[in-house]
Amino acid sequence: MGQTEHLSKKYDHDLETLRSGVLQMGGLVEAQIRNAIDAFSSGNTDLIDQIIASEVRVNEYEVSIDNDCSHIIVKRQPAANDLRLIMAISKTVTDLERMGDEAEKIGRMSRQIHERGHADLHRFATVRHAADIAVSMLRQALDAFARLDAADAASIIRQDVAIDTEFRSILRQLITFMMEDPRTISTALEIVWIAKAIERIGDHAKNIAEDVIYIVKGTDVRHTAVEVLEREALS
Amino acid sequence: MLRSNTRAETETLVPKAEVKDLSFYYGAFQALKNISMVVNERKVTALIGPSGCGKSTFLRCFNRMHDLYPGNRYEGEIRFHPDDTNLLGRDVDPIEVRMRISMVFQKPNPFPKSIFENVAYGLRVRGLRSHRALEEKVEQALRGAGLWEEAKDRLPDLAFNLSGGQQQRLCIARALATDPEMLLFDEPTSALDPIATGIIEELIHNLKDKVTILIVTHNMQQAARVSDYTAYMYLGELMEFGVTDEIFIKPKRKETEDYITGRFG
Repeated sequence: MGQTEHLSKKYDHDLETLRSGVLQMGGLVEAQIRNAIDAFSSGNTDLIDQIIASEVRVNEYEVSIDNDCSHIIVKRQPAANDLRLIMAISKTVTDLERMGDEAEKIGRMSRQIHERGHADLHRFATVRHAADIAVSMLRQALDAFARLDAADAASIIRQDVAIDTEFRSILRQLITFMMEDPRTISTALEIVWIAKAIERIGDHAKNIAEDVIYIVKGTDVRHTAVEVLEREALS
Repeated sequence: MLRSNTRAETETLVPKAEVKDLSFYYGAFQALKNISMVVNERKVTALIGPSGCGKSTFLRCFNRMHDLYPGNRYEGEIRFHPDDTNLLGRDVDPIEVRMRISMVFQKPNPFPKSIFENVAYGLRVRGLRSHRALEEKVEQALRGAGLWEEAKDRLPDLAFNLSGGQQQRLCIARALATDPEMLLFDEPTSALDPIATGIIEELIHNLKDKVTILIVTHNMQQAARVSDYTAYMYLGELMEFGVTDEIFIKPKRKETEDYITGRFG
């Protein structure tokens, strides 16, 4: 945290291991989401197999990091910023794991879409765009976590609004397709699920950003208006 | 939802003691530097800080323990309510102060007398003679200290026959016997095992319905558990004072944070 070290070197080392574990897990989840979106665009089933395979590793990370948190709590009775870091990490890994689940969902849906052979690419541009925002939010959230930068974390939360807007616009497009040609309904519904998964990924990235603000500022900014949150983060 | 120790939102706080610009000197050495803070009535206030920071010195000002040694000097005041007496005033009798503010020390230090006499001693000094009244008061104090059930059948036994934790509760009973308004605890559990410690902590929690408590502790988890307010002291200065939950989750000063998280200052 850019600050003085603990009297116990082992404590510093344990916290550092925990933090780098979160970043590694985050990197893995980010790759999963990218692969999922690529699989959606390309129909490459190898990518889908990869996503499903790395889901196991993501789950392992979640369990092992949570376990490490428990160990630190029982051994060190962390207080103040250490306590906030541990609490936030435990929540962050849950968010990351759920993002992984969403990536897997996108992968499975993509497989069905491409197996059905109804993949009209022109309607995917908006989905791709929303996905790009979601991935970039996750990357920034992990960055803000690594550097413990509350101002950066706050800027991510604004972007979540953009994804929600994209999601509504995708829905409108798909409704139009379905009304024009009922044969597209099955595929369109699957794309709705994919868009929803992307929207959820954005929500999870936002949660991580809120956790970063909690670590740095000690203020719980969940369920507060963006303006209030930004004021807290920049104070 | 876990209830916080302080239910400040539903309660009005009454100051029991107001410390104003308190400095203390051991001869030429200044051990306390311009301390100002409020001790709220029927709350537990913990004093934490590294060895030599002045927390015990500060605690001892409240019942004029320093008067026992020559060369010690107080500056500033401690206004004690409801009568707004300056505890440090030259015209204020330290014996009278110690009747209102009792102290419990780090190591249990019962008198080499029976359990009964340990508790009755302060009352006798105060002039209480009636055996019946003494018995009543002793029982009340032992009950208050959570020792009655264990001690009622052995009141004539020598106090040293009690276990360490029981002896400490006997000292608390002795302190309670004179109906003090405030109790000072100077690391009351550092010589006790975890179970005896747990019993004393539970006792502190129950005692605050009646008395105001000021406790010095080296054990930060203990401060977090038992206190409503925490003061962090360093090199004779009050660095930060606030609601305990705030101090331990979100302290305002980096110095406080470094201390409670175990970092180098």
